[in-house]
Amino acid sequence: MIIKDVLCPFCGCLCDDLAVEVENNKVVDVKHACKIGASKIMGHDRIKAPMMRDDKNGEFREVSYDEAINESAKILANSKRPLLYGWASGVCEMMKKGVLLNEEVGGIIDNTASVCHGPSALGVHEKGLPTGTLGQFANRSDLVIFWGCNPVQAHPRHMSRYSVFNKGFFTTKGRKSRKVVVFDVRKTDTAEMADEYVQVNPGEDYLVLSALRAIVADKADVVPDSVGGVPKEKLVELGEAMKGAKYGMVYFGMGLTQSRGKYKNIDNAVSLITELNAYGKHSILPMRGHYNVTGFGQVCAWETGFVNAVDMSRGIPYYNPGETCSNDLLMREEIDAAFVIAGDAGAHFPAQSIARMGKVPVIQVDPFHNPTTEMANIVIPTKVSGVELEGTAYRMDSVSLRMRKLVDVDFPSDEEVLDKIIAKVREIKGASS
Amino acid sequence: MSEMLIKNATVYDPINNINGDMMDIAVKNGKIVDSVNGSAQIIDAKGRLVYPGGVDAHTHIAGSKVNVGRIMRPDDSRLNNKPRTKVTRPRTGYTVPNVYSMGYGYAEMGYTTAFEAAVPILKARHTHEELEEIPIIDKAGLTLFGSNWMVMDAIREDDLDRLAAYVAWGLLASRGWGIKIVNPGGGEAWGFGKNVSGLDDPVPNFEVTPRQIVRQLAEANEKLNLPHSIHLHCNNLGKPGNYETTLATFDVCKDIKSKRDRQSLHVTHVQFNAWGGNHWGDFESKSEPIADYLNKNDFLTIDMGQLVFGSATTMTADGPVQYANARLLKARWSNGDVELEDSSGVTPLEYHPQSYIHGIMWAIGLELALLTKDPWQVLMTTDHPNGGPYVNYPMVMTMLMSQKRREKEMAKIAELTFERTSIAGIDRELDWYDIAIKTRAAHAKVQGIIELGKGHLGVGADADIAIYDIKPDETDATVEFDKVEAAFRHAAYTIKGGEIVVKDGEITATPKGRTYWVKATAPADGHERMMEDLKMKFKNYYSVSMANYMVQDEYVEHPYVFETGYQ
Amino acid sequence: MNLNATFISGRTVNQGCNLENKTSQAYFDAAAYCEMNSKDASSLGVEPGSNVKVTTDHGSVVVPMAICDGNPDGLVFIPMGPWANAVVDPDTKGCGMPGFKGISAVLEPTDEKAPTMPELMARLK
Repeated sequence: MIIKDVLCPFCGCLCDDLAVEVENNKVVDVKHACKIGASKIMGHDRIKAPMMRDDKNGEFREVSYDEAINESAKILANSKRPLLYGWASGVCEMMKKGVLLNEEVGGIIDNTASVCHGPSALGVHEKGLPTGTLGQFANRSDLVIFWGCNPVQAHPRHMSRYSVFNKGFFTTKGRKSRKVVVFDVRKTDTAEMADEYVQVNPGEDYLVLSALRAIVADKADVVPDSVGGVPKEKLVELGEAMKGAKYGMVYFGMGLTQSRGKYKNIDNAVSLITELNAYGKHSILPMRGHYNVTGFGQVCAWETGFVNAVDMSRGIPYYNPGETCSNDLLMREEIDAAFVIAGDAGAHFPAQSIARMGKVPVIQVDPFHNPTTEMANIVIPTKVSGVELEGTAYRMDSVSLRMRKLVDVDFPSDEEVLDKIIAKVREIKGASS
Repeated sequence: MSEMLIKNATVYDPINNINGDMMDIAVKNGKIVDSVNGSAQIIDAKGRLVYPGGVDAHTHIAGSKVNVGRIMRPDDSRLNNKPRTKVTRPRTGYTVPNVYSMGYGYAEMGYTTAFEAAVPILKARHTHEELEEIPIIDKAGLTLFGSNWMVMDAIREDDLDRLAAYVAWGLLASRGWGIKIVNPGGGEAWGFGKNVSGLDDPVPNFEVTPRQIVRQLAEANEKLNLPHSIHLHCNNLGKPGNYETTLATFDVCKDIKSKRDRQSLHVTHVQFNAWGGNHWGDFESKSEPIADYLNKNDFLTIDMGQLVFGSATTMTADGPVQYANARLLKARWSNGDVELEDSSGVTPLEYHPQSYIHGIMWAIGLELALLTKDPWQVLMTTDHPNGGPYVNYPMVMTMLMSQKRREKEMAKIAELTFERTSIAGIDRELDWYDIAIKTRAAHAKVQGIIELGKGHLGVGADADIAIYDIKPDETDATVEFDKVEAAFRHAAYTIKGGEIVVKDGEITATPKGRTYWVKATAPADGHERMMEDLKMKFKNYYSVSMANYMVQDEYVEHPYVFETGYQ
Repeated sequence: MNLNATFISGRTVNQGCNLENKTSQAYFDAAAYCEMNSKDASSLGVEPGSNVKVTTDHGSVVVPMAICDGNPDGLVFIPMGPWANAVVDPDTKGCGMPGFKGISAVLEPTDEKAPTMPELMARLK
């Protein structure tokens, strides 16, 4: 049986044209997906049953779901400052339950954007975000800039589906309808495909953005001969090209959010795009990593008013990145229990943060054994969302779509586990009040 | 199920011509009935004011734009924070409340139904995700059609049946209630940073004019016999001198007749479109010609879009206006163009009484309401949160009821305002009956939901009832406006579908409301032509496949489906 | 010979393919290596495939070396993952985001083994 129009549960592209062949309730082939998406949908070895151990260096023993859930609820109900992290590989329906669980336990809920596009949110708080849906850019952009991102490696079908190769209403010549420029600290595979590669010194993107803003504002005379490793003539040429574009598009990634300046780079980039709108039409879009990291931001914002890093210890939502993001909390050694679900803190946090996590009880909810499992005391395997579970996800441009279920498996969903933990936490807290 | 008897209610129910009669209201199984038996729960209204539950025909409460506002404004989310209670979730936000506060805030004021004013079809799923999370109130969404490629192509090819078929399909795809048009054609021009300058300025690359878009969508609306008329945000919003465009736009639909007992055109937040002068320097109110037009023509209704001083978050599908606002005020700006469909922009603003521009805008909203003779033609709104947050409705109500209250506000407003407006000389004061019209009855009539049991307290209506802590016969609203405002702000009782959801201003229950949407049918041949065009657009231009585009049943958990159409 | 370099981490296709497969050899191959250009590799005196010890102010890790001539001189890349994160800066500088890019590093050839994923995590327990 071939299931068509399947949505890929891997990256923020959320490609929805996949065709998956299922035989005897097993995925046997995936068409149209990139290598990464196909890999996820084809599946991997997974954790077979819940497991627990007291000593993080000891062996896990297999336990029932009830035991794992009850023990998890006990730990969370009795902790003073639990961290509930991850979320981005799940569907929106379970994220709402996460927000509720966080409320019940007075903890902090944070998602993978913390180590990814969290700084972009900070930039948005400062300056907003002139953007649109991917089809808008696909149909109109004649100048496409990739800044600090490498879609060939991280969003492999982006350039063919949305940004560079596809033919659109106003971009009838496909690749030839666009000029593609890459700004990066090294010549990546994406840079190899571009019309132009601009090498920027590590940590100096902010300076280059400022120089471009000066050029766009007709103040090129204040720009030095070289900025961030880029010669002035090149900057002037690029600034003029941006000003002359009918529809300029900037896609950006970790090169801006993780390099020196972090959110200030985003602030500056958004400012540049806003200023360019006085000359032509310009938009900017963060290249979101996980297929539903955007969904967490949307759910958390409508539920609590804040996009991420929400601390409920005061009884009202409190948001202050730098204070309430996962790594801030871990490094200040405030966390006394960690609940890691649909996200791998162990693999993607700095080692020193994980060492702090290693000192407290860690509950993991995930289908797959990963570095977080190595640090965990309780492990609860669940369905793979988007393959074994349907639900809502938000694409990188904030369009919400419904993931399909392709096969049936005998694991609970994240949401079912969360519901049970919430019920048990309420029971425990109710008993003690 | 439960029975309830509200005794000694001083009822204002304009749809049933009840003007302050002392009466009892009987409720059974969530509806108003003739009588109940002795075991009914008794609520003694003690002669206090009783209105049907409030209905808000135009507000921005759910979906992409609202969430952009939240994400952009953690500063707003830090306001109005309340921890949870046994019954309520935590609350945040003033201009962009979280979903829980959104519902509770309306219910606390005695409101029970609200219409999300602008739903882009591609992002309708998001709208419904948020609507589902908003507690208590019944809701619906108005679907954006005014800059849509399918719409413009059908109009250019003069194919009304194809247009109507697309409207029907779009309402199904978005689970929408009616046709919303914002700056017709401008949303497409904004795709390349341009705008349309007026009704006859053709949309670049599409060869149709805003006039044609408005006219043909109105015709399609009436062919489909939709419950609501077209709901229109005029071109040139926010530009001094725009009143001429507004008047010309009214004329476009002058001869359109509806089979239903309602207007054939509803124009929204007209305050922003009743501007005179040529630039900010000679900016002045042009509410008089607008009110004059309304006084002479009954095919048309409007809503105020009243300004409230203080913080606002402007959010609209009028992309060009938002960019202009942001540039003018050097404010944060988020833009959100939706492929093939429309544009949008979100910008936070502050309205200052000492800015004569804002003073004039403030005056215009009130002038429109007070200069238009028929209270049914001008609904009270603030275009939440564009003119100001809906929690200020009680204040606006008292300003309509009391010249003294207006004067109190005017005392802090820049002097120049009064040379450019007529508000200072208006002594009309609306009464309890007029206010009931402007905050529930007219909204229900305009939206076509009276027959669904909304906006009135007749037998068969939904038991959506608001009891306010004022005795109307003993209260002079023209002087006791603070007391009146406080009473409207925190209902003594709000009853939703027969259940008490608010008591003494506090939320006591949080049932889930229904979502109203329209399932319309159009003739098969027009539908076939439409589908051919639609499939081509999905194949070539949309970034989402048609199979994944439409809102699925899962997103509307408590639907009320209104069926209509033509063959 | 030591090499002073600026270290960055980031995504690759193979690292992405193995995000649900992190106990595997494939993940190790995808995420446990550093890449630099040929000139830097020469000055370091290391052949591709040989191990290099990467040290920053925040930690050190041993990984095999690969050539990537797209890198400018003095720029070393390790794919995102626990090997890269052994040396990144946990300080978020008040904004929540740790320092995953742009860190000063010293590289030296080594005979030490590159740790497996469990060995790497065991160091943190």
